[in-house]
Amino acid sequence: MSAKPKLHYTRERGRMESIRWLLAAAGVEFEEEYLETKEDLEKLRKSGVLMFQQVPMVEIDGMKMVQTRAILSYIAGKYNLYGKDLKERAWIDMYVEGVMDLLEMIMVFPLQPADTKEKKLALIIERATTRYFPVYEKVLKDHGQDYLVGNKLSFADIHLLEAILATEEFKPDVLSAFPALQAFKGRTSNIPTIKKFLQPGSQKKPPTDDELLAIVMNVFYS
Amino acid sequence: MSGKPRLTYFNGRGRMEPVRWLLAAAGVEFEEVFLETSEQYEKLIKDGVLMFQQVPLVEIDGMKMVQTRAILSYIAGKYNLYGKDWKERALIDMYVEGITDLMQMILMFPFSPPEEKGKNLDSIKDKATTRYFPVFEKVLKQHGQDFLVGNKFSWADIQLIEAILAVEEKIPAVLSGFPQLQAFKIRVSNVPTIKKFLQPGSPRKPPPDQHYVETVLKVFRRLMR
Repeated sequence: MSAKPKLHYTRERGRMESIRWLLAAAGVEFEEEYLETKEDLEKLRKSGVLMFQQVPMVEIDGMKMVQTRAILSYIAGKYNLYGKDLKERAWIDMYVEGVMDLLEMIMVFPLQPADTKEKKLALIIERATTRYFPVYEKVLKDHGQDYLVGNKLSFADIHLLEAILATEEFKPDVLSAFPALQAFKGRTSNIPTIKKFLQPGSQKKPPTDDELLAIVMNVFYS
Repeated sequence: MSGKPRLTYFNGRGRMEPVRWLLAAAGVEFEEVFLETSEQYEKLIKDGVLMFQQVPLVEIDGMKMVQTRAILSYIAGKYNLYGKDWKERALIDMYVEGITDLMQMILMFPFSPPEEKGKNLDSIKDKATTRYFPVFEKVLKQHGQDFLVGNKFSWADIQLIEAILAVEEKIPAVLSGFPQLQAFKIRVSNVPTIKKFLQPGSPRKPPPDQHYVETVLKVFRRLMR
């Protein structure tokens, strides 16, 4: 029996990317099986392995886990990235949920009609710089520690770094007003497991281009 | 200092209702502050109590908690409704997340334009009866236990009964193909704290009506884009 988790999704970042980030940051090697056609998804559905007929699906520890948040929570808990007690977990959850709302906007962006893209992009940047980044800037500034919660690397830090880098792809200077986040980004990017994930050849996926978008549309929406 | 959690939201179900269910099921009394005007909302933002400028807000154990899932996870963990280990928690999380996707459709329904309501209702019925309810029917049938996970009352059971009742309000015969869920609904409705919550006069909120929709739109008016 393989000890490695196995991820089922398209080659897109989509809803699986946060899971790739978390496993990689935890130093866990994983395998991936890619959905390339609608038939691939139908086959998975027919085989009964998708609890709600949806991906992401991650085979891990004898379970066929679905639902992104459930998967992320399990991995975070298993690899000690979820704080030391219920209260730290509460703070991690709050920070993660905020980041997820921002990442959700970024994730659906490639699917938006062309004539709304400019407006949606402006909203992403506005939300990032007025709703989300200020919160984490303040948290880091107020306690002066390296990590968001409990002076220890957690799921919240990994997720925030993912969101920072994704937002920077839209606007490279988006952190210009956030010195604590700039330092955070520098520090966290240099954590060995994360540094490795950020190098070419890792399982980190690129932004969705037109070719991949066509595949994704065919798999999920045709 | 009051020991009771304090909930800030509209006087209606929305995103706060699962929190009311969970606290009530855990036997925890709570206070509520209702948002009625956009000025109230803007004051909350100005006072810096809303981490991401959003409600729900739950003041509990010295924290001003936001983000529904974070709030629910905390309450479930605190009151032993989250399973006995990480694997049970994983199952509860999967079940809750699936049900939440169904509840999201119900949440958005009152805000959909009149011409789309018929289609949306069909979609709710379709997803409930072909994607979600069959999963829980099968889980209960296979292990033959009273509750979804670990033979013990958990957040998953509370979330499921909330969803069943919400869908039944729209589609009364929706459980007709699901005998296990019918029995589950009766059993869980009779858990003393749930039974109390289902009685008139409890903090349970009625189905959203036009007044609720108008209040929400009015409060968010200046911030909607």
